[in-house]
Amino acid sequence: MPEQTFILNGEPVTVDVEDDVRLLWVLRDILGVKGPKYGCGINVCKACTSHINGKAFNPCAVPVGKLDAKDEITTIEGLPGEVPESKRGEHGLHPMQESWLDKDVAQCGYCQPGQIMAAVALVKKVRAEGRTITDADLDGIRNICRCGTYTRIREAIREGEQRM
Amino acid sequence: MTEIQEDIGTEPSIGRHSVGRRRFLGYLIGGTTVVAAAELGLLSGQAAAKIPSAPQVFDAYDLSDLLTHAAQPTSSLITVTINEDGTASFALPRAEVGQGITTAAAMIIAEELDLPLKKIDVTLAPARPELIWNQITGGSNTIHAMYTPIRVAAAVAKKTLLEAAAAQLGGVVDELETRDGVITDALGNSLTYGELTAQAASPDTKAVEVGLKDEATFTLLGKPTNRIDALDAVTGKKVYTTDLDVKGALPTMVCRAPTLNGKPTKVLNAAEVKAMPGVTHVAMVPTGVAVRARTFGQCIDGVRALRVDWEDGPVVGESDQDILSGVKAAELPMPALPNTPLAKTIAYDFTFWFRSNSPMDTNSAIADVRSDRAEIWSGLKNPIVTQQQIALELGLTPDKVKVNVMQAGGSFGRRLFFDGAMEAAQVSKAMGVPVKLMWHRSDDARVGRAHPLATSRVRAMHAAGEVLAFQQSHTAVEMDLRHGFGEIVTALAADLPAGLGNLGYAQTIFALTTGIPYDFGVLLQTLNETDTRFNTGAMRNVYSPDVRTANELVVDQLAKAMRKDPLAFRLEFCRNERVRGVLKKAREVAQWGKPMPAGTAQGIAVHTEYKGASACVVEIDCRPETVGRRVRDAVTGPRVMKATMVTDVGQVINPRGVEAQMQGAINDGIAMTLTSSLHLVDGHFEEASWDNYFYTRQWNTPPEIEVVIMDSAEPPGGVGEAGVAPTAAAVACAYARATGKVPTEFPINHRDPLAFEPKPRTPPIPPSPTDGLRWTY
Repeated sequence: MPEQTFILNGEPVTVDVEDDVRLLWVLRDILGVKGPKYGCGINVCKACTSHINGKAFNPCAVPVGKLDAKDEITTIEGLPGEVPESKRGEHGLHPMQESWLDKDVAQCGYCQPGQIMAAVALVKKVRAEGRTITDADLDGIRNICRCGTYTRIREAIREGEQRM
Repeated sequence: MTEIQEDIGTEPSIGRHSVGRRRFLGYLIGGTTVVAAAELGLLSGQAAAKIPSAPQVFDAYDLSDLLTHAAQPTSSLITVTINEDGTASFALPRAEVGQGITTAAAMIIAEELDLPLKKIDVTLAPARPELIWNQITGGSNTIHAMYTPIRVAAAVAKKTLLEAAAAQLGGVVDELETRDGVITDALGNSLTYGELTAQAASPDTKAVEVGLKDEATFTLLGKPTNRIDALDAVTGKKVYTTDLDVKGALPTMVCRAPTLNGKPTKVLNAAEVKAMPGVTHVAMVPTGVAVRARTFGQCIDGVRALRVDWEDGPVVGESDQDILSGVKAAELPMPALPNTPLAKTIAYDFTFWFRSNSPMDTNSAIADVRSDRAEIWSGLKNPIVTQQQIALELGLTPDKVKVNVMQAGGSFGRRLFFDGAMEAAQVSKAMGVPVKLMWHRSDDARVGRAHPLATSRVRAMHAAGEVLAFQQSHTAVEMDLRHGFGEIVTALAADLPAGLGNLGYAQTIFALTTGIPYDFGVLLQTLNETDTRFNTGAMRNVYSPDVRTANELVVDQLAKAMRKDPLAFRLEFCRNERVRGVLKKAREVAQWGKPMPAGTAQGIAVHTEYKGASACVVEIDCRPETVGRRVRDAVTGPRVMKATMVTDVGQVINPRGVEAQMQGAINDGIAMTLTSSLHLVDGHFEEASWDNYFYTRQWNTPPEIEVVIMDSAEPPGGVGEAGVAPTAAAVACAYARATGKVPTEFPINHRDPLAFEPKPRTPPIPPSPTDGLRWTY
């Protein structure tokens, strides 16, 4: 069985698994990293949103064999590590997670890791474009929340943007 | 569902002003630490025996069961335990699916015990058959039913700790103060709950009479409080069924038929699939062919590779219109109302298409079935009947089947049933190994339970400025309520031949949930159901979103006929003070009647249920530039730009939780009226993805939502579902006012050309994409 090597939440990992197994299942079923959730398996619901080299992506749609040993995968578990300690909040978390707590966004919570990972990437993206989050940016987020806590998601992203 | 219990309860009211003076009986349970208890049925449980529509409950209820329960007077208690580390624990006999009841329960305990919230540990109790009717999570009833029992148990614990402290400190209880889990006497000597619990414990169980804390001294209840599970949710640590590791329970998925509820007859290539990478087992079960593998990804590949012969399902060849024709054929005649120059009758016929409750967390369950016992883990709102039915299926006695209740990623009615748990048990038994079963999203959308297709006919007669009669006749594909009231006795009663038992339940629930809050002369509401071939169930707010949408649209037409403002008309005819209160508040907060541009409009609707009342005002934008917005793989259409919900839910435990539930309910109501439905085409539902089934998304959600919670001295009512019906109805009314056309089919886009390319039915689940790195941002 092929060996797959990449960097997961700051640590190099090696897994024995076939090339075509999607990363989501390597993370969840083999490595026991359960933050990224399954909601559709076809890159639609975005519940598994994580980061690859600092950008948002959906591991349900990436065969593990496509990863390079130097690719840095960050899941919600490793998100605080994306910012220096000085940027972390009272719970020791990423500013976006702290905003999420502040606004009490989660209801059932299932989609929330993906929502937070998407929100962080969105703020970084618009910042790279030299601007701040607009209503249109928020309207464009594809992550589904079936509990419908969209209002608080929007509020938390705006607050998180300030904190980041 | 348990709403019924309240309505026929004979116990005195528990209004804020009466509870303080009452004394309650609780128990101190024998043991080595303080375990304090109360009857869960303290207020409503006994009344459950009088559920009006449960035919022959006591005939069916086995006498030996009754004797067993009668012999265990303390077995049906709920308990609060004081631990030696100073924390308190409570196993809630309900399911947390996002509605926030673990937080509310923890707040109630913290308040009564004078313990910090963070020292309260609330878990979900496994199936406890001795609770009989008291372990169903439904009807937004949890806090209404459990508020006082939880307080009594906590009060017994506190009283016991105080007495032990008095003995040890050498004083009297009245001179002691409790604060943050510490008991202090007048001299400043103190002991913590943790230090006292062993000493305060009683070797024997004894009854304890207690009074409850004066509600005027509350410091936590009524204060906006964040969820106790929020930190776990935002760090990925919250554990749902598929996150749980049970030894040997490998990922498992099921290959399903190309027609709804078709059955497998023969697997043509089991050996080939079993030889695929990672696959360990392939087995046929009644619902399809299961594949167990090292990873879910390999299950998906296995399911897609299977070749199976199928027996067609019961709706093969039929489509939406056929089912609608069947429902129309089952419509009961309505009494004729005159339509003369003096007495006019307004008549509308509405259609509500199938909608899916689709939680994010699909049907999933872990099962470990052995020859002599079984254990199940799943998000379950009816764990007792789950345990009983799975035991029957496996040929075991219920005490050999342990059913653990997991936190679930949403429910919206779905987890009243246990389809995943039953299927997992069947698969585990067939394979002889533990399994972690997960439904694919396409299974969940196509085969998962749905809100039944319905028609609603409304006839309203008015003359001389009065409404003389208001009739509503609702006809629907059967809503499956065979979960009964949570245990097998009423579940079996609901399963009488030819759907008769179920219809009795349905009519009872319909009658108890769908009132018309107006003085409209002769009121008549009826329900008839037909067609048992679908996988249905109650969806968030059950019948009310459809029923209220139909009748509030006609209320607007009555107002129009009398040349009255819709809100003023409602106030004039309202016969419910709490509805009147929320209407007036909504008028003010939402600036009812403000000028709106052409193509946009406000809409108003009210609803009263769950011992409360809500009014919703929405502002909808139906202008072409909004309706025509383009978002890839999406439905845009009219957008609700602002929603205002004014709600009176009685005494409020956690305003932050109430606000959250209302925000969610608003998005549900919008989806039901504007965007989300299932399309039955040639024997199966077309929707197989979140980009097919159009629940509200960020581009549909109102940019502005305001929730106003009324002060109320009424006891705590239900929250989780209360906001759906008024929103669904308000959106429909606003749409009619903005476009000048009364919509008669819901969602309004159901007959538009499909906004997606339907996924194939064979294989039943789509391939896993490989191009994820093309979409990074």
